Amino acid sequence: MNIMLAIMRRELRSYFLTPVAYVFIVIFLALTSTFTFYLGNFYERGQADLASFFNFHPWLYLFLVPSLSMRLWSEERRSGSIELLMTLPVELWQAVVGKFLAAWTFTGLALALTFPIWITVNYLGNPDNGVIVAAYIGSLLMAGGFLAVGSCISATTKNQVIAFILAVVACFLLLLAGFPLVLEVFSAWAPQVLVDVVASLSFLTHFASISKGVIDLRDLVYFALLISVMLYANTIVLQLKKAD
Amino acid sequence: MISCHNLTKRFGPLLAVDDLSFQVEPGEVLGFLGPNGAGKTTTMRILAGFLPATSGSATVCGFDVDTQSIDAKRRIGYLPEGAPNYPEMSPRSFLEFIADIRGLEGATRTSRLDEVYGLLHLEPVLEQTIDTLSKGYKRRVGLAQAILHDPDVLILDEPTDGLDPNQKYEVRQLINQMSQSKIIVISTHLLEEVDAVCSRAIIIAHGRILVDDTPEKLKARSRFHNAVSVKLVDRSQLDEVRGGIESLAEVDAIEMDSNSDRLTAFPANGQHPLGAITALAIAKGWEFSEIHQESGRLDEVFRTITGGANA
Repeated sequence: MNIMLAIMRRELRSYFLTPVAYVFIVIFLALTSTFTFYLGNFYERGQADLASFFNFHPWLYLFLVPSLSMRLWSEERRSGSIELLMTLPVELWQAVVGKFLAAWTFTGLALALTFPIWITVNYLGNPDNGVIVAAYIGSLLMAGGFLAVGSCISATTKNQVIAFILAVVACFLLLLAGFPLVLEVFSAWAPQVLVDVVASLSFLTHFASISKGVIDLRDLVYFALLISVMLYANTIVLQLKKAD
Repeated sequence: MISCHNLTKRFGPLLAVDDLSFQVEPGEVLGFLGPNGAGKTTTMRILAGFLPATSGSATVCGFDVDTQSIDAKRRIGYLPEGAPNYPEMSPRSFLEFIADIRGLEGATRTSRLDEVYGLLHLEPVLEQTIDTLSKGYKRRVGLAQAILHDPDVLILDEPTDGLDPNQKYEVRQLINQMSQSKIIVISTHLLEEVDAVCSRAIIIAHGRILVDDTPEKLKARSRFHNAVSVKLVDRSQLDEVRGGIESLAEVDAIEMDSNSDRLTAFPANGQHPLGAITALAIAKGWEFSEIHQESGRLDEVFRTITGGANA
């Protein structure tokens, strides 16, 4: 546990020692506000809720989260520091989970810094704060899912640009898994069961229900499973590729 | 103790390490020598638990590096090739991170950290980012990381690469100081390093052990072993001296370096021609400005042994 925390602390610290943290947070806050107020018509809707704020999170994460996850392992592999890390008395899963938690904590921090919008909506009206809390939880879980996918992909390559692009594509497919764009590829040939399975993988569907304030166990299990499976795959990829 | 049994590592069609077996006991400083691509780094990576062997096994302090890798890694201090680190960190925060991972706590943590700062003279740069440090300092940060937990086994891949002569000297002093109680394995291209720190040298090429011996015995394989080289005061005597020495029974052959006018007499099998040459010089009244007996040249032995493999 201590080892995992040490790895997490080191990783988190590195975000703030490089411009990554500041650039990410500033862009994230700027984009969430822009989307909420201009595209989401926060005022014009005349409703005291944060739907116009949360609706854009999946699309923001699609680009911002891979930019965070791309360096997680590809940078270690490129610089060779992975050799140092993997020859310390550290279990592979401790390193994988530690680094993932660092990135997740960091997105959590960025998300927490959007609190002014929550204050604003409470100042303007009487929103259902329970729904807002649920939506924040859903957003954080979705970010975790994106991060786990990105972390696993980052371990497959030494090139951060490739890690970024592949993660964006993978996350895009996962986002839209429940929509015709992806489903039609399967429905032509696959049995209905498989099509249903693919459809049930959709980030958007799961996020949508949580952000409406319905915390369904199935949605929580979905994100927990997705994160676990991706991180487990991450350890396998590392085991195979660490020394390449 | 480190012990390797029939260690083999393949990368696809490439046989990087080919059936290596050797043991290293505490107090030994083993130097790994070999041309580039000989398998030195791969062997060290297997020992450090970074790469799994394709077949064969290795144990460090009784722990298998593959199946009991965490226990083995706790006892090893490892400096990877090129001393990789986290460039955005400062040496202090980097080494504190290593201390946390190594489970150092409380007073031990503080005293060990202070000790390695001192041993490797890191105090002036502790707060700079590692990225901005000179190559020498980066290497020393890597060494500090390896010795921080006072391990029983040190595996150092080219520990003095990129250091200036003073720093090399200091690192070798450090290795000598630590060598009494530890097992130290270093790889190097520098033959002088083998002389300076190693009690044993293994020369490998194409993943195979070609020689496993002490540096002294290695040097004894050199044709320069016990060779005598002399330099004349009076150049005009050159031919006479050359003929005189060549005719001695103890001398097998004689060579002249035309740049420096130095004559080198190679001993006939197992002979020590120094006495005979001095006696002859006194009898003939030759004056030498320089005369000495060579112990043997490692670089020449290295070339002879790996020559075929390297070509």
